[in-house]
This record gives sequence, C-alpha cells and structure tokens, in this order.
Amino acid sequence: MISASGISFAYGNRKVLDRVDLSVRHGEVLGIVGPNGSGKTTLLRALYGSLVPSTGTVHLDASTLDELTARQIAQTVSVVVQETPGDLPLLVSDMVLLGRTPYRRRSSRSADNDDQIAADALDRVGMLASAGKGFDELSGGERQRVLIARALAQQTTHLLLDEPTNHLDVRYQHEVLDLVRSLARSSNHAVAVILHDLNLAATYCDRLLLLNHGRVVAAGTPSEVLVREHLEPVYQISVRRLELDDGFQLVFRAAPRWDHQLRNADAVDPGRRTTFRP
Amino acid sequence: MKSTIAAARPAEHLRADPLGRARRRGRNTVWVLTLCLLLVISLLMAVALGPVTVAPGTVAELLVSHLGKLDRRNTLDATASAIVWDVRLPRALLGAAVGAGLAMCGAALQAMVRNMLADPYLLGINSGASSGAAAMILFGVGLGIGEHALSVSAFAGALIASLLVYLIARSAGRVTSMRLLLAGVAIGYALTAVTSFLIFASGSTEGARSVMFWLLGSLALATWGSPLGVVVIVVLFTGTILTLWGRRLDALAIGDETAHILGISPARFRTQLLVIVSLCIGVVVAASGSIGFVGLVIPHLARRLVGAAHVWAVPLSGLLGAIFLVWADLVARTLLQPQELPIGIITAFIGAPFLLYLIRRMHPGS
Repeated sequence: MISASGISFAYGNRKVLDRVDLSVRHGEVLGIVGPNGSGKTTLLRALYGSLVPSTGTVHLDASTLDELTARQIAQTVSVVVQETPGDLPLLVSDMVLLGRTPYRRRSSRSADNDDQIAADALDRVGMLASAGKGFDELSGGERQRVLIARALAQQTTHLLLDEPTNHLDVRYQHEVLDLVRSLARSSNHAVAVILHDLNLAATYCDRLLLLNHGRVVAAGTPSEVLVREHLEPVYQISVRRLELDDGFQLVFRAAPRWDHQLRNADAVDPGRRTTFRP
Repeated sequence: MKSTIAAARPAEHLRADPLGRARRRGRNTVWVLTLCLLLVISLLMAVALGPVTVAPGTVAELLVSHLGKLDRRNTLDATASAIVWDVRLPRALLGAAVGAGLAMCGAALQAMVRNMLADPYLLGINSGASSGAAAMILFGVGLGIGEHALSVSAFAGALIASLLVYLIARSAGRVTSMRLLLAGVAIGYALTAVTSFLIFASGSTEGARSVMFWLLGSLALATWGSPLGVVVIVVLFTGTILTLWGRRLDALAIGDETAHILGISPARFRTQLLVIVSLCIGVVVAASGSIGFVGLVIPHLARRLVGAAHVWAVPLSGLLGAIFLVWADLVARTLLQPQELPIGIITAFIGAPFLLYLIRRMHPGS
C-alpha cells in the first residue's frame, strides 16, 4: 500500500502541491486526474522518491520513503513514464531486462533467471515475439506494453503510470488500461495512474483523485468525483453526464455556459447558434 | 481446440534462451574474438611497416627472442631490433591503449549526455587534461609526485574541466544535453587557448611537447617504461568498470527518470562516470596529447556491430578504437615519410565527414 499525507512541493515560489493526501490499496486502481499543470506528475514523482516534497511523508507498506534506499524503492515500486531511448537503438529485450537492474549484484549468476522473468513479463503483455526487435521499430501501443513489461520484470507490488494512454489510438488505450486493471486484480498490485481522459478514468479506475492547482478537489469513486459541480469549475468547460445502464458517459462542450457574451450574441443572431446543445 | 494446439507446441517463454540472448552472446563473442585477432595483426603490421620495412619473419624472430628472454640478440640485426622493439612496438601498444581509452570514454559520455555527438574532445575534457599537463610543465615537476606528475596533473585538469562543464550545463537541478555540449565546446576553446599560452610562456624548453603535440596529438614519445604501463593499466581498468556498469549506462541513456525508477541515482552515477572518464582521458592525454574524433566515431561503429546495450558496446568500442588508432598512426608515420604527421590530422580526416553524416541523420526532435 502507498499512502501519502500532507504532501506539499514548490518550484521556487510557485506552489505545485498543497497538502495532498492519498492512499492506494493492493488490488485497486487509483486514477489521478486534473487539468494540465494541476500537479499530477509532481505528485506521482513524490510517490516514488524522484522528488522530495517540502512537507509531508510517503509510506510504502510499513516504511516511509526516506528510510529506503533507491534500490529498495525500485524493488517495491515500478513506474511507467514516457522516456524513450532516443537515438540509442536498444532492443525490446534490453529494455525489459533493465527491469532487473534493482536486483543486480556484482556477479551475474542470476542472468538466466533474469531472462526467464523478462520473458514471462513480455509474454504477459503479448510482446514476447518482438523480443529481438528494436524498441524504436515499435508502434506507440507496443512501446507502452514493453514499458509495462519492464515494470513487471521489476517484480514489485506497486505500479505507478504517468499517462500510459498518451498518443495511443482508442483500441490501444483500452488494451493498456485493461491490462493495468487486470494486474491490480490478478497480482494484487497497488496501482496509481495519471489519466487525461475522464471517461477512461471512469471505466478503469476504482477510485479517483481530482487535482486542481495542486490541491485535492475531490476524492472517491468515479461516480462521486466526476460530477458537474466538480468538473466545470476545474476544467472551465461545460459538462453533461449521460447515465448509461453500465455506468455513465461525460460529454464536454467547449463554449462555457457562463459566458454571457456568447449568450447575448446568440440572442441577437439566432442563426449563429451552435447546433450542438447538450 | 485452441488449448490442444498450445499444448502440442511448447510455450515460447518456457524454451531455453527465451529472449534469444544466448544466440546474441554467441554472435557477439565471435565479434570480440575476431577483433582481438585483427588487433594483433594490426600491431604486427604497425611494427613491420614504416620507412624501414622489416620482414615478417624477422619481426616474429625478434619478438620471440625478446619475449622469451632468449639470449640470441647478437645473432639478430641490431638496427632491426632497435626499430621493432624499442621504437615501433611501444608506439603501437600506446596507440592501441589510447584508441581503446578514447573510444570507451566516448561511448560512456554519449550515454551520459544522451547525445550521440558527445565525445571527450567535444566536451572539453581533452583540453582540460592538456591544460593540466601544460601547467605542470611550466610550473615545474618538483612537486614530489615524481615521473607521473604529468598524468596526475592531466587527470586533475580533465576532472576540473568536466566538472566545470557539468556545473555550467545544470539548470534548475537538471542537465540538458544541448547545454552540456555547448558548454563543453566553450570550455574546450578556452582551455585550448590556456594550453597554448602556457606552452609559449614556458619558452618551449620542453621541446618534444610542443603546442602541436597538445592540439593534434602524437604517439612519437612512446617508450618502454612506466608511463606506457600506466596508460595500459588505466585503460584496462576503465574498460572493465564501464562494462560492469553496462546496464546502468543503458538506463541513464534513456533518461534520468528511468534511471531513478530502476534504483540508480542519476546525479551520483554521472559524477562517478565523470571521475573515471577524467582519469582515463587525463592519463591518455598526458601520454599522447589531444587526439580528436576517436571517441565520437568508434562507438557508433561498435553499436552497428553488436547493438546498443553497453555491456557489449563498451568493450567492442575499445577493440575498434585500438585497431583504428594503430592504423591511423601507421598512416601518420608513412604518408609523407620521412616526415611525420600529427595523428590528429588523420583522425580528423576520417572523423569530420562522419560527424557531418551523423548530423544529417539526426532526428529533427532530438
């Protein structure tokens, strides 16, 4: 379990996080949502010790983060971030084997075992057949799955993901999040994931944390958090929630409802009305 | 139906060697052995060829007699013996060690800076080493460090230059590779000027190590003795360490955040890398001056042969760098014979077009 209490952080004078609390239990998926610049990535980095908050503590199971070495943290928490090797033509197998780094000792006796663990991880995300390919030859969805395989090869009990659906088409968005949720369910991982798409967050997360200007605006189940009263002030956009048999769907409209100027313009010239009226 | 097919065929991940790594290891080992053989052949060629060509049979005989400590020297040609054993062999060995050191440091720096155009020369580390060594020549050796004073001060110069570049390139706690390269170029220019100034100010009493030596490099000062031994030992040590750090280099080459995620402190690892690279470059430059482009070009060739993983790319860079510099020196010695060219001219002739080729191939985003 990861829990954070009273996390604050500032870049110089700019306050990015303001007394944020959160907890992720094993077997559940916590979604972190909020507009650009609301502090989502900073919060995630504080959870795995890449950034030390100015106040507050992060607990990983029984110990606090600052009691653990970088290596111990890497044996407990795996993270999926969007960093790719650029010009360096690493193979898929190289990428996944990097997940074994936290376990490396001076002698490489365990090398064969590492191969097996990495192969299992690749098999689990359906990418074993591509082990010998160059990472840069893969599509966006395949890369994402390889990065998740690397996280699996770390054999941790916690998984953090920073916008894993970025640049993916709809099919891969669902595939990746389905995989993430099944990890929480079948391997009892504690999972926290940053998502931009609120409908995806509603579908795949057990609980949500809505951030704005570094503060928690709302926390709870998707159906509690994703309501008009929370979303409209935070995103400055008009929101309508369509209740469906198996959940709900959010519909957004760019023109803010409280923009009186636009309304007046509509009144003067009815022909200029937009056709979409939620 | 589906399950019976799966049962009939062994699951792919339960095979021995599920990632095809053993096959790759086999292939890469063949490359290593081939290049070792090529290096030995290159060394023999370098010993045999030159203004005076020594027949292969004589070379073999000389080497055997010297290595076996056989007392047959009086039966052998004294001139050939002097040329092969006292002049050409130490020079060829120094060339191999210097080439290997420069190439392996280049590979490590390219991972560290996350830019395939990085190289100890471009990052100003060579110039720092030259300045350190030149300062030692000017201000005297009588500081009690003995005959290795030059290496020690070159190491200090390299370390100061690389830390300076690193600190200048840091912005808001993060190092960007563009700033690092530009800071390296600027510091490199400044320190090259310092070196030239120091040499001129010293009145050129140290005739053998001229400005030309520090700027373009030369292997002409090689002799049997402890400086050569130090270079060989330091280069072997650097190669071993960098190869052991192979996977950490892979992680750092992907990004700071990735390194952190895998339990590596990027800041600490970078400092460790800078220290070992400075040590290697310092010792190499003290012995051979500042030879450019080897560290830039060779790692790319090595990656072509064995892939990007540094566990293989570092040792392969070492071997290729050694072979490359032995041949470059052979060309430098023989092209305009009896006159000798600074070796840096040869490496620049080959390296500069390659650099242009890399720039043309760079991704627009990187």
